Amino acid sequence: MSLATTNYLTPTGREEAWRFTPLKRLQGLHDGAAIDGQRTSLVTKSSLPVGVNFVRESLQPLASSDDVIIERVRGLAEEVSHLSIAANCELSEPIFLGRVLGALDTAEFSRVRISLGAHAVATVVLENTGDTVLAEDLEISLAPGSSLKFVTIQEFESKSVYTARHHAVVDKDAHFKSITITVGGDVVRILPTVEFIAPGASAELLGVYFATSGQFFEHRMHVDHAVPHAKSRVNYKGALVGRDTHTVWIGDVLIRAIAEGTDTYELNRNLLLSDGSRADSVPNLEIETGEIVGAGHASTTGRFDDEQLFYLMSRGISMENARRLVVRGFFNEIITEIGIEGVQERLMQRIDGELEKAGV
Amino acid sequence: MSRLEIRNLQVSVNTDAGAVEILKGVDLTINSGETHAIMGPNGSGKSTLAYSIAGHPKYTIVGGSVTLDGADVLEMSVDERAKAGLFLAMQYPVEVPGVSVSNFLRTAATALRGEAPKLRTWVGEVKEAMEALNMDPAFASRNVNEGFSGGEKKRHEIMQLELLKPKIAILDETDSGLDVDALRIVSEGVNRAKDKNNLGVLLITHYTRILKYIKPDFVHVFANGHIVEEGGPDLADKLEANGYADYVSK
Ligand SMILES: Nc1ncnc2c1ncn2[C@@H]1O[C@H](COP(=O)(O)OP(=O)(O)OP(=O)(O)O)[C@@H](O)[C@H]1O
Ligand SMILES: [Mg+2]
Repeated sequence: MSLATTNYLTPTGREEAWRFTPLKRLQGLHDGAAIDGQRTSLVTKSSLPVGVNFVRESLQPLASSDDVIIERVRGLAEEVSHLSIAANCELSEPIFLGRVLGALDTAEFSRVRISLGAHAVATVVLENTGDTVLAEDLEISLAPGSSLKFVTIQEFESKSVYTARHHAVVDKDAHFKSITITVGGDVVRILPTVEFIAPGASAELLGVYFATSGQFFEHRMHVDHAVPHAKSRVNYKGALVGRDTHTVWIGDVLIRAIAEGTDTYELNRNLLLSDGSRADSVPNLEIETGEIVGAGHASTTGRFDDEQLFYLMSRGISMENARRLVVRGFFNEIITEIGIEGVQERLMQRIDGELEKAGV
Repeated sequence: MSRLEIRNLQVSVNTDAGAVEILKGVDLTINSGETHAIMGPNGSGKSTLAYSIAGHPKYTIVGGSVTLDGADVLEMSVDERAKAGLFLAMQYPVEVPGVSVSNFLRTAATALRGEAPKLRTWVGEVKEAMEALNMDPAFASRNVNEGFSGGEKKRHEIMQLELLKPKIAILDETDSGLDVDALRIVSEGVNRAKDKNNLGVLLITHYTRILKYIKPDFVHVFANGHIVEEGGPDLADKLEANGYADYVSK
């Protein structure tokens, strides 16, 4: 089945939201050329404890979206893969989600929902792997007092395209923590967005991206402080190596007039490991009220610190190993936040491997 | 027996306004077991000498030579110099975010010894080295120098000196910023390394108090990019009493 293109605007690349994205490499996800392969790739990788359900069902979207690809997904996919965690359910072990049935000749249009009932506590790890052309509308709903750590690992194969919105709606005193790791795929474009709907809500958006040999990775945050007394922290770290490698980090934070007592800080650091790579970093804080606790941002893009390398090498450590230590150290701050030893070590090894391949 | 020979060493630093000559012909020989103190006014080039021997990329060697047991040090990369047996305890040790002290030490020991130290003996070795410098074991899991106080950084440097066992060590103002107890603890660490490994020491300092603990065989006065006078331990006392006025005008 091919999809109707008529009702959707097609981005031209001149729009603010699309100005960095290489539209030609999106495999037609944005302009209707992609064929819907009618796949459902999301599966649970661990057995589900009591209070947790994973079903396909028909659900209305949680929030509106002005993203063209998300609109197309909603037009095509009525059924949603829904992981729900019942109220007061405190999970001691993480829930692992993964992918099956990937393909590159057709596309998948996927809707996912993760919902936590009041005072539920959970860690959900989504491991994105394989060959795929995937557009995904992933919505997260956190009921009052709940707490979710949401880890996504983009470890796709080298030809894959993934464009997604990961949108969290956070209710009173609920806490959302996301750790977004992007290391694989040809084009990965993720919109990690957060909407606070009651006071006392908080969000921590952490991320790591490591792009090599011409990959394009875009992370476009949007945090909407639409209520008083909510707190947000954003910290993304990226490293780039190789010719025509390109990363984009956009940090849009909106503090509405009503959002008194807002506390927000966002940070993006990029490490350029070779010539020919480009890191765009655009923090953007819009403040409509002065009655806030704090609002700030910082963005840096730099190369290896000569002093650090010198210090390590003066203790006998080779240039190669010194660089590896510094890159590992750079990412370590975020990777350790995952809190799952096996996953952390696998990612660090992947990063070592990429460094070696790139000949840094 | 090792010998570090510095002959007519001339070094410049690259600035926006071009190369600036800092070292104007330094001659110095350090043998195993000897302790040489270098004293001199701020900005005279002492750290430049230390960094140049260790191979910091900021400095350009304009002339002269540095050899360790006849091998050309200036031809070596920074890590090769460490492997050859040189060690620099830095005036301002560098913070390395995200890299734990234990990982750093083990990587360094592996590089210097040519094989990874056996885990069982290694843990004990590190523990002992830290205890000897009166460092809390918790430092092992902290990031290298990150958030360390000035004195803690210096103790960490000497802890590495004991653990990595170089032939010749350059201590650049290791005594600055140390309280009286730490000064004694750090000095004892240097003296242990001297006794155990017959370490040769080049000790850069502004104060004679460390020389009460680490007895120098030679004292060199450094001014305006070179050594202007040499003598025994009593020269240090003379400097403390009179300052550098006699030398700066020369
Ligand atoms: N990038 C630079 N541009 C200009 N001058 C420099 C630069 N780097 C070093 N210098 C100069 O080189 C000289 C020697 O510096 P060095 O650090 O070796 O002195 P020092 O003897 O160790 O002093 P101190 O006792 O204060 O530690 C100083 O005058 C310093 O300003
Ligand atoms: Mg100095």
